[in-house]
Amino acid sequence: MIAQLLFTALLLAGAVLFARNILRVRRNILLGRDVTINDHPGERWALMARVALGQSKMVVRPVAGILHIIVYAGFVIINIEVLEILIDGVFGTHRVLSFLGGFYDFLIGSFEWLALGVWVACAIFLVRRNLIKLKRFVMKELDGWPRTDANLILVTEIALMTAFLLMNGADQLLASRGAEHYIVAGAFPISGLLTPLLDGLSNTSLILVERICWWFHIIGILAFLNYLVVSKHLHILLAFPNVWYSTLRPKTELVNMPRVTGEVRSMLDPSVQPPTVTAHTVAGVEMTERFGAKDVFDLSWKQLMDAYSCTECGRCTSVCPASITGKLLSPRKIMMDTRDRLEEVGKVIDAKSKWEDDGKSLHKRITEEELWACTTCNACTEACPVNIDPVGIITDMRRYLVMEESRTRPALTSMFTNVENNGAPWAFGPDQRMKWTEQ
Amino acid sequence: MNEPLHIRTMADFAAAGEVPDVLFWVGCAGSFDDRARKISKAFVRILNAAKVKFAVLGQEESCTGDPARRAGNEFLFQMQALNNVTVLNGYGVRRIVTACPHCFNTLKNEYPALGGTYEVMHHTQFINTLLKEGRIKVEGGNFKGKRITFHDPCYLGRGNGEYEAPREVLLKLDAALVEMKRSRANGLCCGAGGGQMFKEAEPGTREVNVERSEEALGTAPNVIAAGCPFCNTMLTDGVKHFNKEGEVQVKDVAELIAEAGDL
Repeated sequence: MIAQLLFTALLLAGAVLFARNILRVRRNILLGRDVTINDHPGERWALMARVALGQSKMVVRPVAGILHIIVYAGFVIINIEVLEILIDGVFGTHRVLSFLGGFYDFLIGSFEWLALGVWVACAIFLVRRNLIKLKRFVMKELDGWPRTDANLILVTEIALMTAFLLMNGADQLLASRGAEHYIVAGAFPISGLLTPLLDGLSNTSLILVERICWWFHIIGILAFLNYLVVSKHLHILLAFPNVWYSTLRPKTELVNMPRVTGEVRSMLDPSVQPPTVTAHTVAGVEMTERFGAKDVFDLSWKQLMDAYSCTECGRCTSVCPASITGKLLSPRKIMMDTRDRLEEVGKVIDAKSKWEDDGKSLHKRITEEELWACTTCNACTEACPVNIDPVGIITDMRRYLVMEESRTRPALTSMFTNVENNGAPWAFGPDQRMKWTEQ
Repeated sequence: MNEPLHIRTMADFAAAGEVPDVLFWVGCAGSFDDRARKISKAFVRILNAAKVKFAVLGQEESCTGDPARRAGNEFLFQMQALNNVTVLNGYGVRRIVTACPHCFNTLKNEYPALGGTYEVMHHTQFINTLLKEGRIKVEGGNFKGKRITFHDPCYLGRGNGEYEAPREVLLKLDAALVEMKRSRANGLCCGAGGGQMFKEAEPGTREVNVERSEEALGTAPNVIAAGCPFCNTMLTDGVKHFNKEGEVQVKDVAELIAEAGDL
């Protein structure tokens, strides 16, 4: 009875904490500019089914892709087992779903195979990160917490799967010995192999092992659920909405800035009124609209959702022509910086219950050298398994530099001047436009 | 090859009370860059051989604003775009073909939001249609049996999903089309996009065009085929970097067709 109460209390605490954390992430995302994304819902659901649910972009790299699908399938399917654990925990039952009979055996057997698959896949992932040291996993933007974060997640998953298998191993042995409370149910293709290891233990010790693993497994899952929100691992939830809301337009199409259209129209025709500058209230503070992005508030909520959806896999950076040729730019770092800045802003709002300018901005983290290295080739958006768009953030930040700060590269200033004066990026006037037709 | 090109402007057509079938948007590179001018001429020879009734804007054409927009100068982009849309709509232009994927992307995808909606084609798509319709004929010619590798322009391929048209055209040359490891959706940029064409590269260990040219040369090609004047420049420079300009040509798809068909 005490165990049941303790379990229920833990469960509630875990759920409440998780809800609070998720609402905080939601609030942070909504600090972004408002944009409406709800066109072509059918196409969006299909895209989400293909890219997020179906992992279509993951398998472009078959080794990592297939291992990831095993972990993903394991995570989703083993959660059916968690459902049983929850019911057992609250009501003090044991293997409450065992009335399913043969189907239950099939389920438990499948979970065991998946658990083994997850265990092995995570072990290989650890090897790729820490022994083989694949380039995208050892780049300097991962130094410190991001690298620890990745390893913690993998180690935790291995620990959870170990506990799950050890629990089943002890459980089925107890059942076969006819121990009270332990019913014969389920199939144990993997944990059955642990019998020689556990057979020397008394029933009392076995029950201890089984209970410890059971509690570890469920507490681990509750803890992991709350760890998600302070970790790159949030992608397991946000991948789905993030793909749903991703652009359906051609990759190289840049979003228009209607306010600039209004300004330009009024410049070209004095009878047209310039557009009024709108202000919107963010976290209790009125913010005027800027040209381009100085800080996270100037990005759209979708761009901020992108930042929280990034799991730092680095596929974007590994295909980026700038990064490949040793430039400072890494699209992954753009996303990490955006998220870290958003978190920083969120903490100020948490502490002061409204936004107070901290004198910093996104440009404190992302340098001009990074921004001006981008070729807008969209290799990064093509590579991202959850349709994140770093190019949009880079362009918006360039827009701020150019239009609000008049900061650019000198050669680009000449290009601007030429386009403005000659209608061409070079110093050739319209009178020379047809010269090519002469020999 | 040296007979005068038969080119009329939209103004010529309007003065004669005629309407062309398609506007050839030459683009700034195609108009002013010495190398790219040859691509414009090759494409015009194809258009003339196929008896396409086309026009150019001539002095009325102005930069689409693409480089300004990518480099963050939205005001300048929109000034250019709104002026161009006024000219295009003034002539009632419906169909546009261009040999520049950057002009292509801007005209096709970004002008509609500013009041300019047209059917826009890249010249490789247009040439492919002409070949399919039998309006021009090409049989191998100089390039029969040669090894050709095609470099996907980002703004045509990844940007707008067109990977096949240039390849279908190249297959008409009876050449061996060899693919680089990074091709189609995984194609590596030449290094010119996003305004880079007009500035020095940021500090790094290597130039992007050298990286890409090395990969292209790795396929042991006779010809590196391009579909973008900027890629053409970058790859030409890259081939020179490896002192291979004597052995390997960098050519636009239009030039290959015009030469092979002796147009």
